Amino acid sequence: MSINIVVCAKQVVDPETPASAFRIDSDAKRVLPAAGIPPVVNGFDENAVEAALQLKETVGASVTVLSVGSGFVMDVMKKPLSMGADQLVLVDDPLVADLDSFATARALAESVKKLGEFDLVLCGRQASDWDNAMAPLGVAEMLGIPCVTLAQKIEVEDDGGIVVQRALTDGYEVVRATLPALVTVSNELGEPRYPTLRGIMTAGRKRPTVWSASDIGLRASDLAPKLLLEDLFVPVSDRQCELIGGEDDADAGRNLALRLREARLI
Amino acid sequence: MSGILVFGEMNPDGLGGVTGELLALARSLAADTGDEVTVALQSDSVGSEAEEAVALGADIVLKVESEILAEPQIDAHLAAFEQVCRAVDPGVALLGRTPLGRDVGPRLAFRIGAAVAQDCVEVSVNPDTGRILATRPVYGGSAISRVSFSGDGAQVVIVRPKTFEPLDPDASRSGDVRDFPVTLDESAIRARLVDTVTQQAEGVRLEDASIVVSGGRGLGGPEPFQQLQSLSHLLGGALGASRAACDAGWIDHSHQVGLTGKTITPDLYITIGISGASQHMAGCSASKNIVAINRDEDANIFKSATFGVVGDWNRVLPSFIETVRELRDG
Repeated sequence: MSINIVVCAKQVVDPETPASAFRIDSDAKRVLPAAGIPPVVNGFDENAVEAALQLKETVGASVTVLSVGSGFVMDVMKKPLSMGADQLVLVDDPLVADLDSFATARALAESVKKLGEFDLVLCGRQASDWDNAMAPLGVAEMLGIPCVTLAQKIEVEDDGGIVVQRALTDGYEVVRATLPALVTVSNELGEPRYPTLRGIMTAGRKRPTVWSASDIGLRASDLAPKLLLEDLFVPVSDRQCELIGGEDDADAGRNLALRLREARLI
Repeated sequence: MSGILVFGEMNPDGLGGVTGELLALARSLAADTGDEVTVALQSDSVGSEAEEAVALGADIVLKVESEILAEPQIDAHLAAFEQVCRAVDPGVALLGRTPLGRDVGPRLAFRIGAAVAQDCVEVSVNPDTGRILATRPVYGGSAISRVSFSGDGAQVVIVRPKTFEPLDPDASRSGDVRDFPVTLDESAIRARLVDTVTQQAEGVRLEDASIVVSGGRGLGGPEPFQQLQSLSHLLGGALGASRAACDAGWIDHSHQVGLTGKTITPDLYITIGISGASQHMAGCSASKNIVAINRDEDANIFKSATFGVVGDWNRVLPSFIETVRELRDG
């Protein structure tokens, strides 16, 4: 048995960008890339790639990574290939940059249809830029397939069923569905593997398939936003931190306890 | 299309906490729009929860009863709520970002062609347009966005739990309680919940604790969490951790505090070796007092902390714990 897996992955601003380097262009209402800090593949999408590669090992799978956007950095987007994915498809078009969740879902769903046969669509639980956690749900709705979110474990059974452990804050749910299906993956699934040297060399030789918006049958009018961004700004914290010192670190620890008692917090 | 429709959640003890929060928000929006507030209560059987919802602010309660809705089967609740939504045709639908609402809300919106404002922490009515204006943290909390809805279609608003205070129940409020018959069958459930496994950490629940002690990447390994555990016991609190520490396998994910973990609201939040990445702060920013012990004086955590020690936790923590113990015993 071998299944076709499509992993949706997004290129995002590195969420580890230090707060001091995090800048917003408030007129354009967008986050400015920090100088010298390249974008990354959304972390949860890497968890989804990891889930796909685990299935490739256990049941056999062909793994296609799909991304929709523009301004792709090829070294960044090739990382899933170097981890072991088979092919990369980029819908690279200014028309599909900065879409809202609805339009993103539309573009991803149309791309998946164009790819043809698929059994499983995997997505990260949410993207670390807009934290919407919505586009995957839209893809499932538009493709008319079952949807399971927040996977920490995915098993494919011989009869074409899948069993998913869905991470909750106090445990997990076990959910069953039949393929084709869409599953979103959470970090509890496990750390994504590091690319091997061989993987990096193989990935280097692979050329991504690049489509435009019209290749997936979409025009600007199909992608008009339903949600409008009115304002984007960096929050200001009004808290002043009282730093507790001492003769040395141990003394500072003692003083901290005393100060907390004085403030009636302990 | 008008009115505010609330997706009411129930738990075995009555209304789920988020339902009261959503009703409070609905009432504040209704004060500006003059809209009626309708809540759909979906379960196998709705009892006193209906009156409870009226007391908390609902004008109309729809009892959406079906055997199939006894469990949190997402597909079944989605199908039921879709039927309610198409019948009520609300201007605004409010849901909580709960394990159920976070999936039902967006999928409903995609089905009815509406947009969604996700994870909102402030929601108001634009007086010029009468349309919703919603505020939500993005980029893991590094930025705040304000969004509105294009056109004049339905507006689906998903609200971050524990953001709005429920109103005090007012038993004298009156409201209409109606049955809303739904047509559901098993085939609606395409992804079926077959089991729920609870892994409750011992002691005080993180979400309920008035004191939380958390450790992060700076601890360097699993062992220091034992010291943190004993400190949290000493203070009658709960033990938390950053996602980095959980992903590294130093401590179970059930302790994870943050955007993708638990949201905590303690009076005192003591962090050790946590840098305060926005992803983490999203889960603890409602703490009344944050204490930071961190080696890096530029760490983001100090921006949100009330008290801080810049130093090596290896040296700070033992004397801190010892003094806490002396203060408690003395």
